Amino acid sequence: MAETKKITTPLTDDVIKTLHAGDSVLITGPIYTARDAAHKRMTEALARGEELPIDVQGNVIYYVGPSPEKPGQAVGSAGPTTSGRMDKYTPTMIEQGMKGMIGKGSRSQEVIDSCVKNCAVYFVAIGGAAVVISQSIKKQEILAYGDLGPEAIRRYDVVDFPAIVCVDCYGNDTYKDGLAKYCKE
Amino acid sequence: MRNMNVKEVETAISKLCIQSCCHLPEEVVATLKKTTGTEESPLGKEILEIIIKNAQLAQDTDCPICQDTGLTVVYAEIGQEVHFEGGDIEAAIHAGVADGYTKGYLRKSSVDDPLFVRKNTGDNTPAIIHTTIVPGDKVKLTVLPKGCGSENMGALKMLKPADGVEGLVNFVLETVRIAGPNPCPPITVGVGVGGNMERVAELAKHSLTRHMGEHNPNPKYAELEAEILRRVNLTGIGPSGLGGTNTALAVNIEYAPTHIGGLPVAVNLNCHAARRAVVSL
Repeated sequence: MAETKKITTPLTDDVIKTLHAGDSVLITGPIYTARDAAHKRMTEALARGEELPIDVQGNVIYYVGPSPEKPGQAVGSAGPTTSGRMDKYTPTMIEQGMKGMIGKGSRSQEVIDSCVKNCAVYFVAIGGAAVVISQSIKKQEILAYGDLGPEAIRRYDVVDFPAIVCVDCYGNDTYKDGLAKYCKE
Repeated sequence: MRNMNVKEVETAISKLCIQSCCHLPEEVVATLKKTTGTEESPLGKEILEIIIKNAQLAQDTDCPICQDTGLTVVYAEIGQEVHFEGGDIEAAIHAGVADGYTKGYLRKSSVDDPLFVRKNTGDNTPAIIHTTIVPGDKVKLTVLPKGCGSENMGALKMLKPADGVEGLVNFVLETVRIAGPNPCPPITVGVGVGGNMERVAELAKHSLTRHMGEHNPNPKYAELEAEILRRVNLTGIGPSGLGGTNTALAVNIEYAPTHIGGLPVAVNLNCHAARRAVVSL
């Protein structure tokens, strides 16, 4: 395995260009949470000509709906959700300046094309490793859509959040590479 | 006749919700540990080790293994000599789910109207309840929290009798390939065969309550489980779908008599966190 790269958010194009599908990374800095319902509201707001409730410029969106934190915890269990459900909204978000996404599962060709066109990157976190991942989340704040409960938009301050580069800005896809390497059918 | 207050069921369900979401059954952890020895992908092996570490941390801290604590599927096997008192048994099961998901800091993932409103019900109710009446004076409760990453990748097909074993195997493999990384492999593949359209879906889901390592008591079906498991692990999907030789931990088949003109097959996938908790009252 390649060595683990440490990166900080917001992401610049220079950093994104050094990331390649299959690289292990540790992410530090602020990231923003949003899943199905928040994406629907954000794209509807854009369609009405309104501004987004968060500044996505250079930022990373984490597809997560955490469990509630216990007293004394910064965050509850917070592993990735299936990214494919956000595919419909993603090119719009990337065009708004979003540079990275963290989730799990494969993306549509439209999302991959948008990553290439706009120099963006899709990371995967290990699905179901929610307790391990939550240890890297030091602080959270609800920024918008609080009525959505677990689907509200939050800011997470993360230190060494473990992820793997899945779709890089060159259009490579780790899922396809992994399958090709180990398929014995 | 045995009298049982439904409050006893409510309390048991609450505890089972927390237990199932935070404590992975021992034999599932043991099966995961075995896979680390056989995994050919270095990244896959590392992922399996993190999954095992995560289960251990969840166990030690009573935190949910995964933030998706699912819709709550409840199996209640009720002895016909039991007489419930003190309220409505189904309401008691829902109340137990609401209590467990609140007390256990579990995520509430249930929305009411699925199409237009999609408002969170706030307490993870309603549970999906399957009751059966059995001989005796006991009540056996099984809680199976089922996340949507895996649930969304299930499929059902009404095959023709002429499609036979080959048709079934091909449909299961096709479902697993399409699912790819989404259901969080290594998965459990639950397969229902026979019955009719709704029965076959229930069989596939019920097969996921099986103790990992047990096989169908009918040797023909047990052999088919082993063969499908072998084939699934040749797909290359691997841990987290990032490539590897451990795509599934188990294949569980349940079958039922069917119509002369039909061969229904349902596939219900479960993630690596094969959560369940059981109690007998």
